Amino acid sequence: MNSKKRIVIVGATSAIAEHCARLWIQKQPTDLTLVGRDARRIERVTADLRVRSPEVEIRIVQAEFLDPTGIQTAIDSIFALGEVDIVLIAHGSLSEQVESQDNLNACRDTLEINGVSPVLYAEAFAKNMAKVNHGTIALIGSVAGDRGRKSNYVYGAAKGLVTRYAQGLQHRFAGTGVKVVLIKPGPTDTPMTAHLKRKGMKLASVEGVARQIVDGVEAGSAVVYAPGKFRFIMLIISHLPSIIFNKMDV
Amino acid sequence: MRPVSSWGRLSAHPHQVINLNDPSKVSDLVCNSHHPGVAHGMGRSYGDVCLNPEGTLWLTTGLDHFIAFDDNSGRLVCEAGVLLRDIQRLVIPRGWILPVTPGIQMVTVGGAIANDVHGKNHHVLGSFGDHVQNFTLIRTDGEVIHCKPDEPPGWFAATVGGLGLTGVIVQAEIQLRRVVGPWLDTETVPYDNLDEFFQLADDSEADWEHTVSWIDCISAGGGRGLFMRGKPADVGQRPEPKGRSLSALFVPPVSLVNQLSLHLFNIAYYNLKKWRAGRAIAHYEPFFYPLDNLPEWNRMYGPKGFFQYQSVVPREVGQDAVQAMLKEVARSGEAPFLTVLKTFGNRQPVGMLSFPRPGVTLALDFPNHGERIHKLFERLDAVVSEAEGRIYLAKDARSPRKLFEESYPRLPEFLKYRDPGISSGLSRRLMGS
Repeated sequence: MNSKKRIVIVGATSAIAEHCARLWIQKQPTDLTLVGRDARRIERVTADLRVRSPEVEIRIVQAEFLDPTGIQTAIDSIFALGEVDIVLIAHGSLSEQVESQDNLNACRDTLEINGVSPVLYAEAFAKNMAKVNHGTIALIGSVAGDRGRKSNYVYGAAKGLVTRYAQGLQHRFAGTGVKVVLIKPGPTDTPMTAHLKRKGMKLASVEGVARQIVDGVEAGSAVVYAPGKFRFIMLIISHLPSIIFNKMDV
Repeated sequence: MRPVSSWGRLSAHPHQVINLNDPSKVSDLVCNSHHPGVAHGMGRSYGDVCLNPEGTLWLTTGLDHFIAFDDNSGRLVCEAGVLLRDIQRLVIPRGWILPVTPGIQMVTVGGAIANDVHGKNHHVLGSFGDHVQNFTLIRTDGEVIHCKPDEPPGWFAATVGGLGLTGVIVQAEIQLRRVVGPWLDTETVPYDNLDEFFQLADDSEADWEHTVSWIDCISAGGGRGLFMRGKPADVGQRPEPKGRSLSALFVPPVSLVNQLSLHLFNIAYYNLKKWRAGRAIAHYEPFFYPLDNLPEWNRMYGPKGFFQYQSVVPREVGQDAVQAMLKEVARSGEAPFLTVLKTFGNRQPVGMLSFPRPGVTLALDFPNHGERIHKLFERLDAVVSEAEGRIYLAKDARSPRKLFEESYPRLPEFLKYRDPGISSGLSRRLMGS
């Protein structure tokens, strides 16, 4: 075991995850494992992180997002090298809602990549972390999971699944050395939300969101809204009576 | 389509914005999107050089990855959307620094090359393009050109300062410069008139790497100002200043910059600084980027936006021309807010359309007062034209084509390298397409 913090990022090419990685490696000596599908895109992220911190140790693990056996093997192999301090499960894909309505394949893909896959990964980490009673599992959910709305309810349903799952995991690990942090970003300025920006929506900066995630993980908060104001916004939206909510164009 | 403004906030025309996030997909996106388009980074240029009203913008800020950095040689390879701020923060603690940086660090490498930006040390180190070793350019027909200063012939000189019109820059290699740390030995010297300014500029050239001056155009007949100079200082470890960040959160309904506020500002600024004149050790961030603690300061000019008029005139006629311009400003009753006067070194720029040239450069910011401000600009144009000077296109939103054509003699040579699939508001205004 070395003294470096061991961090694993699943979906390392997502903009939010990448900015978290940049912050983590600047903060402390880090042993980083990046898990993703596309080796070439991970390589780009790796080169960038190595320039930012020559001391960082980076390993790349290629894995599919929906293959349970492959996921279990990949994660077990990561733990074979030692304990993991933090895992950030960050992959996802925000497709157009209308696509999910028109095409059931798109609907299924959205549910699987944003809902099922993060749970499979988290469960593989939970199993290994439980054995050593150590580690933090950070899951990226979304404010979209707090209340279904017409503009993105399929994506929101998948993220809602992650929310319920994280709650259960927090219950399971309460009082142990394993922490579970659920992160709910609001609309953030990333490639995934470029189409929202085209519609003129005001988006949070990815740097700021990453900063809040890194701080929230460090503090071991149960739920991190990023930006923080969404905690209040979503509190109100979740409690609006349907008679009002259904008249809103959101 | 969504509205996009440049730094001057003079317009907000709809644009088709296409994010370039993955270098391997740039060629595909650039070739297959609706033409003409133009690359757009942080949108910190003031006028229409980064805009393409009703057309396509290729947003490069997602190309924000470092590729390689050699601590021994100081060579940095990065994608074109990397911010100068991120380079400085990365390399200064490791003993290197960007040789040339403009007064705002929230600009991309691609933008810095395309506008061949300059800084306070032009007399020592030239402009940004002088330190670029090579870059990769993607044309809208899919051709990829790796450009070095001499090969393939012409492409480097056409693209440095080429306003994004020769292709989309996707990555670049920059030679950084050794530095002892983030601190500068600085001195502020008040001056009473242009004679004293030029004397100070000449006296400072040999010993001071950075020189710039703020000139008070309003009070006391104009011409007095504060000369600021600095050089890297080895002062060991010191606590770095905490980044304060105040932002103009809303656009005031009218410009906060008006005759009264400016008059007060100029008197206050001059006297405050004069009172604190003298030597000081300064951190590079407030010295190089004094406005970066006030993000979106451009909003205080109100909803109509503002112009910056920056010209350079040859040294031989520089003093008379600057005097004439200050006189025109005073006569017009228009009050420039930020006025910067600086001498350029005696060196020719790399780019065919690069702005810097031997001489003296004057930059004036004006709130957009419509017709009457344009009358003033016409009189300033006449002075610049008479002096055989030119206007900085990165700041320009309105200069006439005739002045552009006569003041950028390498224009005909440049036009051969233009990409037919690229066009900007500025290129249509000044080059007809």
